[in-house]
Amino acid sequence: MKIIQHLGEYWMLMAKVFRLPDRQRMFWRQYSRELEKQGLQSLPIVIVISLFIGAILTIQAKTNTENPFLPTYIVGLLTRETLLLEFSSTILCLILAGKVGSNIASEIGTMRITEQIDAMEIMGVNSANYLILPKILALMTMMPMLVIISTTIGLIGGWAVGAFTDIITVADYLVGIQYAFNPYFVWYGIIKSLFFAYVITSLSSYYGYTAKGGALEVGKASTNAVVNSNILILLLDLVLSRLLL
Amino acid sequence: MIDVIDIVKSFEGIQVLNHVNATFADGKVNMIIGQSGSGKTVLLKSLLGIHTIDSGRIEYDGRNLPQMKENEVRMLHREVGVLFQGSALFDSMTVLENVLFPLQMFAHLPKDEMEERARFCLKRVQIAEHALTLMPSEISGGMQKRVAIARAIALNPKYLFCDEPNSGLDPQTSLVIDKLIQDITQEYNICTVVNTHDMNSIMEVGDHIIFLKGGQKEWEGSRQDIFHADNEALNSFVFASDLYKEIQKVHK
Repeated sequence: MKIIQHLGEYWMLMAKVFRLPDRQRMFWRQYSRELEKQGLQSLPIVIVISLFIGAILTIQAKTNTENPFLPTYIVGLLTRETLLLEFSSTILCLILAGKVGSNIASEIGTMRITEQIDAMEIMGVNSANYLILPKILALMTMMPMLVIISTTIGLIGGWAVGAFTDIITVADYLVGIQYAFNPYFVWYGIIKSLFFAYVITSLSSYYGYTAKGGALEVGKASTNAVVNSNILILLLDLVLSRLLL
Repeated sequence: MIDVIDIVKSFEGIQVLNHVNATFADGKVNMIIGQSGSGKTVLLKSLLGIHTIDSGRIEYDGRNLPQMKENEVRMLHREVGVLFQGSALFDSMTVLENVLFPLQMFAHLPKDEMEERARFCLKRVQIAEHALTLMPSEISGGMQKRVAIARAIALNPKYLFCDEPNSGLDPQTSLVIDKLIQDITQEYNICTVVNTHDMNSIMEVGDHIIFLKGGQKEWEGSRQDIFHADNEALNSFVFASDLYKEIQKVHK
């Protein structure tokens, strides 16, 4: 019963969000701020995690493929496919759900409990549209770029294993990451990430916007936003993988 | 002018407002007073359209709020200024940006004229020039209230609502805020509705007072009438403090 209530409230909120902004200029200002806040400020964590995961995947792939019947380039191939198909789109979005999602839920939740949203509404501003639409569109703009950057940096991490250790040769790795490359997998990752970006921002905004009570409730809204975004991302990953692959 | 006609509001079967009638005139500080839980905040929020009433009429110069469409309510809200209990300043914006916000959203003015208007409003509430670039968290509670008043009057509202404007303020600052609300009300002929239980405020600026008890209007009158009222509930509210008991003796 509660799920139906949440779904109803969510769709009603989205109906308020997806309207033409009151003032285009204000919308674009908010949108560019969100691009910076959600996209550019996420770049450091994306780079660090992708670099390490790329390196770790390479080491693990080497450990699991130490078989004379398997070609030596398979390590690079496995690293590339794992990064493209799952890590840089899904796992990265799960990580960003923690960073961006909790940030959005706590920001909007605090505005709700301190009556800032009421103040906007009383001024005649469509607060849902003003606050949430730029966030959704900004992350949907930035996410494909973050996915591409993550894949590239992950591949560099794998290359570093070859360059600085004797686990694999750089030449074998480079052959592997180019072998039987299917460009559609890049699109597959990008398409998934667009869905995930929508889930993270809309769900986190919903939990923040509907927060009631005090600071404790804002914390709860933030936790709910992250947990439910993660569950929905995994569920969507399953559905989209079935549909797109 | 705002006419409240026979409004009823319940929450989960409990009647919080019970057939309340009142008229709030322009150019006057209209006060809704009463103990905690008497329904004053619900009445204020119903007037603003935050709560939907069960029955009755709320007429803003003849326009019935409960019958308005969403778009009409939003248009009406542009004629309304609100001073929230906690100021509700946008904490991601500076003092100047807070006052500029409603202008940027709704005033079709060139950028420099908007800024001029915002600076004028801030000057009107005695905010110094150097404070304009500060964030709300960097200024005192009294200053936050004054900035909130400046933001509320930026679009020249016809109606001003203040929810416990003195909560959390010292008596001296409270007096400044009260005088400011009174001056602005008279200067711009605004219909001001103040929700409070601060007796000093009531006696200082209350032109027209309605007293609520248990969701019903118990008494209505001016601040001069309070000391002579023979309403028991009002008397026990007003003369809860010894100071006002003494003042009552002097009056009688």
